[in-house]
Amino acid sequence: MSTSSGTPESWISSFCSLLGHEYFAEVSEEFIEDDFNLTGLQNQVAMYKEALEMILDVEPEEDEEEDDEEEEDEEDISGDARDGPGRERRHHSRVASDLSVIESSAEMLYGLIHQRFICSRAGIQQMSEKYELGHFGVCPRTNCNQTRTLPVGLSDIPGEDTVKLFCPSCLDVYVPPNSRFQTVDGAFFGRTFGALFLLTFPEYDLSRSGAEAASSLARTGEDQAMINGMYPKNIAPGLGRNKIYEPKIYGFRVSEVADSGPRMQWLRDKPDDLAILDEARNFAEEHDAESDDEDDDDEGMTNTGRHGTKRQYNSVIRQKQGRNGTAMEVDANGAGSEL
Amino acid sequence: MDDYGTESDSDYTSYWRDWFISSRGNEYFCEIDEEYLTDRFNLTGLNTEVQYYQYAMDLITDVFDLDCDDEMRETIEKSARHLYGLVHARYIASTRGLTKMLEKYKKADFGKCPRVMCNSHPLLPLGLSDIPNLKPVKLYCARCEDTYNPKSSRHASIDGAYFGTSFHSILFQVYPTLVPAKSQERYVPRVYGFKVHAAAALVRWQNSVRGDMRRRLRKMEVDSGFKDGEDDLEDEDEDEEEIDEEEELQMQLQQHQLVEYRGGATAATGALVPVAAGDAQMGGVA
Ligand SMILES: [Zn+2]
Ligand SMILES: [Zn+2]
Repeated sequence: MSTSSGTPESWISSFCSLLGHEYFAEVSEEFIEDDFNLTGLQNQVAMYKEALEMILDVEPEEDEEEDDEEEEDEEDISGDARDGPGRERRHHSRVASDLSVIESSAEMLYGLIHQRFICSRAGIQQMSEKYELGHFGVCPRTNCNQTRTLPVGLSDIPGEDTVKLFCPSCLDVYVPPNSRFQTVDGAFFGRTFGALFLLTFPEYDLSRSGAEAASSLARTGEDQAMINGMYPKNIAPGLGRNKIYEPKIYGFRVSEVADSGPRMQWLRDKPDDLAILDEARNFAEEHDAESDDEDDDDEGMTNTGRHGTKRQYNSVIRQKQGRNGTAMEVDANGAGSEL
Repeated sequence: MDDYGTESDSDYTSYWRDWFISSRGNEYFCEIDEEYLTDRFNLTGLNTEVQYYQYAMDLITDVFDLDCDDEMRETIEKSARHLYGLVHARYIASTRGLTKMLEKYKKADFGKCPRVMCNSHPLLPLGLSDIPNLKPVKLYCARCEDTYNPKSSRHASIDGAYFGTSFHSILFQVYPTLVPAKSQERYVPRVYGFKVHAAAALVRWQNSVRGDMRRRLRKMEVDSGFKDGEDDLEDEDEDEEEIDEEEELQMQLQQHQLVEYRGGATAATGALVPVAAGDAQMGGVA
């Protein structure tokens, strides 16, 4: 990991220092050496064993005498078939085409391990350090005031889409500004990391801009109760009143009814009172008060517009909730609370 | 200023303006007609905004012939650029100016929306203020109706007042057929396939706000411009939402599939795999 003088750079550090690889964390050897963490990856890359050796900077001949029986047998057969008796040759000077296959397999394998690593305790910690240092850039949206973003994939399957940036301030995803990131596979970051990061580090003040030092809400004296697992101040700080773009013509707001009028403001909207969003609590609170107000709900919502009162919204939510009062989407595997 | 003045002044039409709009960093500007520039009505009030107004105007219209030192020349040059910007803000709201900016918009000269769900929709420059020296230029996306910072620092320092607050709204008012279809597609943060509660609750609230808007528009018989999500209107809220967790997850998957497909992925079928994200739990979180 340390690239200090003398020691040759490891495959992992040199991979991470390539242009366009700035978002990658350096996966620890410890993580890679734990077979459990690699479950299922054997079938996903060609020449898996060689690729793994390359990532770990293992000299191929060394492990010849060592463990891993089943793997070994398989390799031997294919190896012998290709190279005949030249075992030495196979290890010491792999054919160039083999090498490039192994190299690209190693990159794929590293990416897939990386997807898992950054969701592990050590990995997400390392990513938080990169986040603090502003390695992932900032949100391009004007009203997000240069909030730091997080690299994410829109798919966990490699080859489908490139890496994107998730902004915790507007909860939207953006194309990285520099084209060098447009060749980096999004699956190497995966769909889970961005959201898991927010749940793992609820204390970060998400409204801080990338130019400022990252700071925690605790330090700013914020000790409010959480809503739905997040501090209210961190629920989409870039959205809501005064954070929605209002188109105007010579100072006059463009009407919603105009053909070219605003239609997307809901996307950047947020209730003034975030307690409205605490569906579980509101449901419990309102559960006894029976449904005598149900009929005029629709009217109520329409008339009060975007900042309808808590009560009116709650009754809508109550209907939405159906039989599931808690709606704890995230607690399925306890990922939120355990870290 | 670059190599202005070192070339021969053979091409007398719009020599200075040609140079100006083709200078690096000035890609957002279009060329203002001679005709517009010489109509004093269009310039009302600008003479007090700009130092050495007449010299600056002479420079812009290529009739500048004052013999002066370099320092003076530089001051006038600076004034000319400022004056050009101020006239530009007015010009692009005129019929001719709109046409020129429209051409640039169609070529995506102003860049493309960075928002993934906007599918690289071309942007338009805008100012957040009409008063000069207050706010740098921003970019407006007509698809998500939001504003973004220019990618390049050489654009980030241009005065937003040179484009003005009204231009893009006027453009779409004049050319309503160019208003892009609106979409409800959006990013939904997930952890191992499950939505994050705080974000999901906000999304539900936003959906109700959107549903209200669409009902309001329908009542007034105005086209909402959405090409998707007819259920926003056809069903009452409760019908739409009275679905159990499992179905909700299915719907997410479909949405997700759509997102990936639009993101340029070839294999949309792969999107149905995420339930197998169980694999990915090996990360050692549990
Ligand atoms: Zn943002
Ligand atoms: Zn957009």
